[in-house]
Amino acid sequence: MTFWESLYLVAIAKGLVITIRHLFKRKVTIKYPEQKREFSPVYRGQHMLMRDDEGRERCTACGLCALSCPAEAITMKAEERKPEEKHLYREEKYASIYEINMLRCIFCGLCEEACPKQAIYLTKSKVIVKSNSNREDFIYGKDKLVMPLEMAIQNTNQNKAS
Amino acid sequence: MESTIIIEKSVIIIAVFALTMLMAMYSTLAERKIAAWLQDRVGPNRAGKGGILQPLADGLKLFSKEEFLPNTPNKFLFVIGPAISMSMALITSAVIPWGDKLHLFGRDIILQATDIDVAMLFIFGVLSVSVYGIMIGGWASNNKFSLMSAMRAGSQMISYEVAMGLAIIALVMMSGTLSLREIAAQQSGMNWNIFYQPLGFLIFLVCSFAETNRTPFDLAECEAELIGGYHTEYSSMKMGFYLFAEYASMFISSTIIAVLYFGAYNYPGMDWAVENWGVNIANVIGMVVLFAKICFFIFFYMWIRWTIPRFRYDQLMNLGWKMLIPLAIVNIVITGAVILLFQ
Repeated sequence: MTFWESLYLVAIAKGLVITIRHLFKRKVTIKYPEQKREFSPVYRGQHMLMRDDEGRERCTACGLCALSCPAEAITMKAEERKPEEKHLYREEKYASIYEINMLRCIFCGLCEEACPKQAIYLTKSKVIVKSNSNREDFIYGKDKLVMPLEMAIQNTNQNKAS
Repeated sequence: MESTIIIEKSVIIIAVFALTMLMAMYSTLAERKIAAWLQDRVGPNRAGKGGILQPLADGLKLFSKEEFLPNTPNKFLFVIGPAISMSMALITSAVIPWGDKLHLFGRDIILQATDIDVAMLFIFGVLSVSVYGIMIGGWASNNKFSLMSAMRAGSQMISYEVAMGLAIIALVMMSGTLSLREIAAQQSGMNWNIFYQPLGFLIFLVCSFAETNRTPFDLAECEAELIGGYHTEYSSMKMGFYLFAEYASMFISSTIIAVLYFGAYNYPGMDWAVENWGVNIANVIGMVVLFAKICFFIFFYMWIRWTIPRFRYDQLMNLGWKMLIPLAIVNIVITGAVILLFQ
């Protein structure tokens, strides 16, 4: 190394030019929550209990999702459908209480694969489970998990139109 | 003493103090933002619009932490370490010429807190004492790693002080005075000292990086090697003082570089401005120009921090003793020869 090279001045100057060029480049940060990043079509987010074309809940409380869950996050209680509730549920058995503990869930999607009625999907809601400060608030019941009725009607209208 | 002089000096002192604090506070924000922009990301932008209130949030966070005294026999030294660092960083701002003069209320007000004849010597003295802040902090922490880092920092600071002093000697030979006010006055117009002392400027710049413990010379506080270095055991406001003292001394070093080599408040056309627009406006513009220079140097400090990797300890000592001191001496000899030739 020559004396002038060992002063490192040229090398430092070259480094400074590289760094200053980065000052003027576009930044790669996504400013959450004003901007959200795009999810792929199979992104596993919050669970959604689906409804069929006529707006009736598909879940029959068979318990296969709870059985297949590796984290034992799902619990449910089954009940018999009354005659006046025929438009609410597809079959005679339905889940009156259906709870998923979001802190235990690992979002693996095995419940989605196990369901025989295609009633639970992780890939449809594209919602990230929000953070919270209470443990109890993380046990999501049916009110948070079931597909909203408007969405089912929207889907049905879309299917009828196409 | 006349009461007008007391009032005038008090106002200047309070203004200079507030200014130093403000600039040091916003240097912390600027550091994070510039570091982010140089790394293709956006810095803190949630506190206030664009992150403007972030230093207040940081200060509040530091205040609300637990005040902790480790199990050390030197409790007094532990408390006084950051105090020394901070006060030395702030004291140097007393002798800096912020502008030439303002003509207010029928008097000429000199824009400097004190105008002593040996201002350069004063600054060097204060710089030497500021080594104590780090050494005392490291020693009183009763912790092997803090002690090691304080030793390294202390030896680094004293080695680079020698080269700094030698670089300044050439400048003093040229200007013939140690007073900062005179040095600033001699650089009127575009007659800046950097054109006469480029090598001295380079040496002074490198040494001031080493004096403020700033990357690439920041072995004293590198997180990866020595956990926290000399400020491992400190929490809450004492830690805040150490961090703040680093930014305040960075501000002061930038100011001194700007005053010594870049013509302080002078800008080309200042004489014309004094004649046509009056002394006051010309000096206000001079102050703004000085701030622009200071801000550029603070940016330069941060730019270098995120470009260059850290020196190893033996490379650092090698650079200080074997390369900078001979270069500074050569600079003095050349300056002396040129002065003799042109006499």
